Amino acid sequence: MRQGARVITETCTPLLLGACSWQHYQSDFGNAAVQDSQFLTLFTIFLVVCCVMYLLVIGFLFAGILRRRPGEDADVVETGRHHQPNPSMRATLIGWTALIGVGLVALAIASFFADRSMAEAAGNEKLSINVTANQWWWDIQYNSDDPSKTLRTANELHLPVGVPVRIILASNDVIHSFWVPSLAGKQDLIPGRQTDITIVPKKIGIFRGPCAEFCGVQHAHMSLVVDVDSYSDFIKWWDHQLRPAPAPRTPLAMAGYKYVTTGPCSACHNIGGTPASGQVAPDLTHFASRRSIAAGTLPMSEGNLYGWVEDPQSLKPGNRMPTIGLEPDQLHAVVAYLETLK
Amino acid sequence: MTDIRADMFDAMPAHESERERVEAENRRLAAERKKIARDGPKLTGAKLAARLDKTWRRQPGLLGWLATTDHKEIGRRYIVTALGFLVLGGIVALFMRLQLVKPDNAMIGAERYDQLFSMHGSTMMYLFAVPVMEGVGVYFIPLMLGTRSTAFPRLNAFSYFMYLFGGLLLWAAFALNMAPDVGWFEYTPLSGPQYSPGKHTDIWAQMVTYTEVAALSAAVVLVCTILKTRAPGMTLARMPLYAWAMLVEGAMIIFAMPAVALVTTVLLIPDRLVGTQFFNAAEHGDALLFQHMFWFFGHPEVYIIFLPATGFVSMMVETFCRRPVFGHSVVVLALISTGILSFGLWVHHMFATGLPRVGYSFFTSASMSVSIPTGLQIFCWLATMWDGRPRFQVPMLYVVGFIVTFVIGGLTGVMVAAVPLDLQLHDTYFVVAHLHYVLIGGAVFPLLGVLTYWYPKITGRMMSDVLGKISFWLLFGGFQLAFFPMHWSGMLGMPRRVYTYPPGLGLELPNQLSTIGAFIVALALALFIFNGIFSLYRGVVAPSNPWGAATLEWATSSPPPVYNFEHIPVVESSTPLWDSNGELPVASGLRVDEKEMLLTTVVAATPDVREPVPEPSLWPFIAACAVGIVFVCSIFSPWSVPFGLIPCGIALTAWFWPKDMKRQPEPVIS
Repeated sequence: MRQGARVITETCTPLLLGACSWQHYQSDFGNAAVQDSQFLTLFTIFLVVCCVMYLLVIGFLFAGILRRRPGEDADVVETGRHHQPNPSMRATLIGWTALIGVGLVALAIASFFADRSMAEAAGNEKLSINVTANQWWWDIQYNSDDPSKTLRTANELHLPVGVPVRIILASNDVIHSFWVPSLAGKQDLIPGRQTDITIVPKKIGIFRGPCAEFCGVQHAHMSLVVDVDSYSDFIKWWDHQLRPAPAPRTPLAMAGYKYVTTGPCSACHNIGGTPASGQVAPDLTHFASRRSIAAGTLPMSEGNLYGWVEDPQSLKPGNRMPTIGLEPDQLHAVVAYLETLK
Repeated sequence: MTDIRADMFDAMPAHESERERVEAENRRLAAERKKIARDGPKLTGAKLAARLDKTWRRQPGLLGWLATTDHKEIGRRYIVTALGFLVLGGIVALFMRLQLVKPDNAMIGAERYDQLFSMHGSTMMYLFAVPVMEGVGVYFIPLMLGTRSTAFPRLNAFSYFMYLFGGLLLWAAFALNMAPDVGWFEYTPLSGPQYSPGKHTDIWAQMVTYTEVAALSAAVVLVCTILKTRAPGMTLARMPLYAWAMLVEGAMIIFAMPAVALVTTVLLIPDRLVGTQFFNAAEHGDALLFQHMFWFFGHPEVYIIFLPATGFVSMMVETFCRRPVFGHSVVVLALISTGILSFGLWVHHMFATGLPRVGYSFFTSASMSVSIPTGLQIFCWLATMWDGRPRFQVPMLYVVGFIVTFVIGGLTGVMVAAVPLDLQLHDTYFVVAHLHYVLIGGAVFPLLGVLTYWYPKITGRMMSDVLGKISFWLLFGGFQLAFFPMHWSGMLGMPRRVYTYPPGLGLELPNQLSTIGAFIVALALALFIFNGIFSLYRGVVAPSNPWGAATLEWATSSPPPVYNFEHIPVVESSTPLWDSNGELPVASGLRVDEKEMLLTTVVAATPDVREPVPEPSLWPFIAACAVGIVFVCSIFSPWSVPFGLIPCGIALTAWFWPKDMKRQPEPVIS
């Protein structure tokens, strides 16, 4: 009895936890923003109408198959009855056409209204963020009226709950697509064009946004982590991110600092308040405060950091960060330094 | 039949002696004309068959095989080659499904997976779906229309070789690790010179060009055959619905294929090869230009694949319900309006690109309204089944499977036609589910049904009924298991074209189900193909009309003789074999010692002209080789285009060189 209960708990709990966790993290059912809620409502309307239409078709099909017909059918061709017209069927055809027409018009109108209400917040946004896509990471810039408060980070997007935000989308190389399913539909980032999307988050939580347009060999490992916070927590986070990188305190971290700011890392990466000011790779100023490494490829942890810094090509083959071949003590130093960048 | 040349001579002023000479010549020719053997009451039955066979049979051996212009042989080649590509594309898909069966799977790396999904899509869309529809059409349209050959038989042969060479190019590239790896539609700038180095993309672009030239050639052949070579009395109103479907499909190919041939050959390859900047935003080009031009072709393409399948369904429903399809004119109008409307939908593939919203509303409405004609066709088939008593032999099972499956795909299509829904569902597995429901449900199910239906006509034997039923149920069940869960995984946030996905998103179960289903589908198709091969040797021998059908292809033996019909049939209704009470009226008078066919007028199908049919020739094969060499070399150097004009010019000149100029007893229109 106790064994049975244990077995049930051990199988069901992960399933249930799994069910709960995935529903909110990266899915159309996340319902974490005004836009996704409207999607779910419209989808339900479409689903109901389409199911009704489908049942009508299947009903007609099976009625035709199972129908008991008067008289023998075997010689219908031989007796020339195969050309007999069927007037009631003509009337049914007209009714069927009218039904499809009415149904489609209703769906089109519902779609139109949903589209308008999803775009209602556009023009009233309180916050604007520039997201620029690269192969295979996200460059994020939070805009502010005060230029000294403009913040540049990478790969993790923070949003305040309840505040309409306008995300301005651009690409530096190929076409990508910004998509956080729990929050809203997607929008492509196209080189040479500027697109945008307006989101009004409703729920506090962590969400994930995979790139949704095939952009090359590591398309599968290009995800945005989205952190929706209360407004005050969001401002606190922003202010913290504006500070320059903390100075290293331990000798190991100082050695790492020296390597990172004078070695190959600084050619691509920027760490605020240090000589490392490369612009073509993710900003690392507060790298250790993020939840993932390499745009959602790995969860942030010391072990994963070691693996990434040592051999990024084996974890995300083809990405733009080369495997340099660090000596073990260089590796320890670099990781120690990176871990201080909170 | 007036002697045109004699008239011309008569009109010229002449000396007495000149006129006498011309009149003597005319008398000689008239006497020769009387001696020509023609089919008719005096020459019929086995004697006629023997003489026609001698005239129409091609040379045996390899050269004869390469030179054939027999539409049945070319049609068989198309079907067998397309089924081969179906198997290859399917094997690639099985590898994809194995990679996706669990999260963070390391079985196949990113680069190889990218090649796999690109090969799967390209093979299925360019090398299987359209060619198999054209191949079945090339085989059956002349038989269904009651004629001896297609129009332009050498162009027909050329189109097959172009198709074969294009397919071989793509698969040779795959064997050499040079396969395209940026999808079956290869958006710029990812497919441009900067982000796709190497020759992968150029090979894809040229394969597309090959197959578009092949498809265009076959479409021209089919459209001209349908418009001009129908049996006397087969007015457009009496023409079978399958012929209507192929007519609309051919017209659609002619309008749609040039767009993709242009965007790949004239825009993308020069961007990659000679430094044009059509798609480079930094040089005032536009990445979206590629998408517009591609999808202008891409959307009609799926209807090009679907409409012949609706033709198949019409034929099978008619035969197995023993009634003409209800609402014949409604179905014809539905075919035509689907064809026209499908050209106005393409932006629904681009709803996420940030184009003006007002434009999007137009495309939403158009995309939704294209389901109306299809819905009407479905009603007409269901009404026919209601009126008749359907006999559930294997082809009819596929028809029912088609309706149950395709309508789901059509309804998810209505869902993604709405912009707010599409913005969540675009580029996810929901769309993968939708497209497979409409393509497999809407095209492969009818295709397998019609191959079972027409197998006795092609081979003279029936396919095994038991194996047919088992493969149908395996396919139906496996398909639902494989693709229904994809609606779910798409809504759970799984994007397309990912070689792996992280755990903890709830994607494990749908992917596992899809993988199992995919293997069941593969088993079903393997069983179908085994049935096709096994029945060649052990199938029950088939009479000329085993299903009791109404259309003309069943009026000749199974398989048909090389000349199709001993006498050209005359048609008085849309169901000739049901209305003729066993004695089909015929027209006579075609020559038996030269290949000849009867052309009729476009609408009323009154007899018009006797047209000589070209003899088999190696020049289509040689021209295909020459054009092929230009295409392959242009992957590597632009100089192949000007220099390549020389062998192409030679081949085409030899092909079109006019035949015998000596004065004939009858005018030769060549």
